[in-house]
Amino acid sequence: MSTGYSENVGIRKYYFHALDPGAFARHKEKNKPRGGTMITPIRAELTVTDNVPFGQPVPGPEGERRFYALTLERPEWKSWQPGQFIMLRPLSCEASVWARPMTICRVTSQSLVLFIRVVGPGTDRFSRLKSGDKVVVWGPLGTGFEMRPDTPTLLLARGVGIAPFAGYADMHPDTSNLSMLFGHTLPSSNYPTDAMAARMEVESLHDRTPEELETFHSVMRQRMTEYKERGGICLACGPMPFLKKAWKVANELDLPTQLLLEERMSCGIGACLGCSTITSKHWPDPVKAGLPVQTCTSGPVFWAKELDLDASIPARRS
Amino acid sequence: MDLHVSLVPGLLELKNPILSAAGTFGSGLEYMPYGDITQLGGIITNGLTLRPCMGSPMPRIAETPSGLLTSVGTQSDGAEYFLREALPQLPWREVPVIPNLNANFVDDFSELAGMLAAEEGIAALEVNLSCHNDNRSGQRFSQNPVTAARAVSAVKRAAGNKPVIAKLSPQIMDIVEVARSVEAAGADVISCIGKVQGLAVDVRERRSVLGNITGGLSGPAVKPLALRCVWQIARTVDIPVIGVGGIRSALDVLEFLLVGAHAVSVGSASFSDPETIFRIVQELPAVCEEYGISDISEFRGSMQA
Repeated sequence: MSTGYSENVGIRKYYFHALDPGAFARHKEKNKPRGGTMITPIRAELTVTDNVPFGQPVPGPEGERRFYALTLERPEWKSWQPGQFIMLRPLSCEASVWARPMTICRVTSQSLVLFIRVVGPGTDRFSRLKSGDKVVVWGPLGTGFEMRPDTPTLLLARGVGIAPFAGYADMHPDTSNLSMLFGHTLPSSNYPTDAMAARMEVESLHDRTPEELETFHSVMRQRMTEYKERGGICLACGPMPFLKKAWKVANELDLPTQLLLEERMSCGIGACLGCSTITSKHWPDPVKAGLPVQTCTSGPVFWAKELDLDASIPARRS
Repeated sequence: MDLHVSLVPGLLELKNPILSAAGTFGSGLEYMPYGDITQLGGIITNGLTLRPCMGSPMPRIAETPSGLLTSVGTQSDGAEYFLREALPQLPWREVPVIPNLNANFVDDFSELAGMLAAEEGIAALEVNLSCHNDNRSGQRFSQNPVTAARAVSAVKRAAGNKPVIAKLSPQIMDIVEVARSVEAAGADVISCIGKVQGLAVDVRERRSVLGNITGGLSGPAVKPLALRCVWQIARTVDIPVIGVGGIRSALDVLEFLLVGAHAVSVGSASFSDPETIFRIVQELPAVCEEYGISDISEFRGSMQA
């Protein structure tokens, strides 16, 4: 597999950059968060106010597939952007248990809502949280989705990837410019499909077979083509195989598309270097083009053309 | 209560015995929203390499019982990037900034040390001796007292008057022998332990959960191993020891001081809560008082053996 990287190229770029010390400053200026202000994350201990199962558990080869809407009291955030995430850990856990990154589903005047699919021991602990339990939260973290109120915006979601779009619809000033294509292998009652349909046009495709999944992919390509023709943008969130498809189509069509990446993280703030993804030659900071950046701090929302999702880092000695 | 620790008199003075551990605290800037980094005893940064380094394939992290298994492979933007982008933003006049050096050749260690030591904002250098030594077909520097000493003396020569901290791996028959060897090679301080190699597997997928197959174990799971190593080394060498491994509370800090450490590094506990290290600094005086400790230099190494 191509790594998109050779050591020599990396070094040459590096020294080239060293000769142009203004490059990074220009990059930072260009990439200032919208509104010009940084959203400073805060750490807080919050109380769980509600935790309700979403739909019926679905039996599967790796155990039951379970979904929850977890509601916490609202942290004292000055602002946040849909697409950003938090790190979450139950306070009662031993400190040896690490936190998990969770995308922000909604923030209301009273609460912070997360949409959780149980996939392992960490999310299983979250599913057992009860009203009154305490959790540690740090956030809001990372980058948010582009919001262009007057631009036709296609939301592509698969599975739990629907979560950030609830908050996106809440904050969007003109939802008539939004429409969603939602693909899912489990029943739509496991997801907040109805809540989304109340806010915007939603096309929900349930795929139970590889053929139906193919149909979803071809509808996705059709919709993306339409939005390219309309001068629109596209935002995608879901599992990596789906994001890779969206990434390929977006680059093929040259449709401005953002992808919200999901990765294992232990800190969420750029220190553990566990959540790297590799940039493409279009990455704004030339010194990092073709090199790993952190999903937690440079993402989780990335422009599709600035990433190289086909690249992988070669294995080293163990 | 006076928590001041003099690791190298006049050259490496800490306002308290609590430092961050390499690989868990970024450059220090990442933690600024969660506490006042100038209140720390020191900041040991993420591992730096001479040239940008891609690191290990994904996935890189896995939670294990009481531990964290990781293989990051020293992903680094390179030392020059650190000096240009991070160091000027760090409050290095108020808190010692100590880069962690990674290299696969003695000459690279030397070049890296020279580049970093020349900076006013760098207080000391930590040499990661768990690195693979490509002059010796990839054997780790720390696995052999001779190669460990060679790396340390190369860094020492290039470092001018900046103190050099040798970080040892416990994966050797006799860590004390390596400790003696790096002391003789001129190390000013020893820190231990580095991560312990481990493996976590997925039976359903029949593969390792990490992209690089094996990873380094850290967290409370390794604390007894770290305490044993610190105790053995501290009673043997004359230079100070920084204890590292599974520290997540002020009481854990006292455990390491009791077995002879001058200071400690807080590592992966910073991942489970970014406030951890700041809370430990804040709580240490009260916990000392609770255990009847009024002078930490008197308490140090006072374990009855």
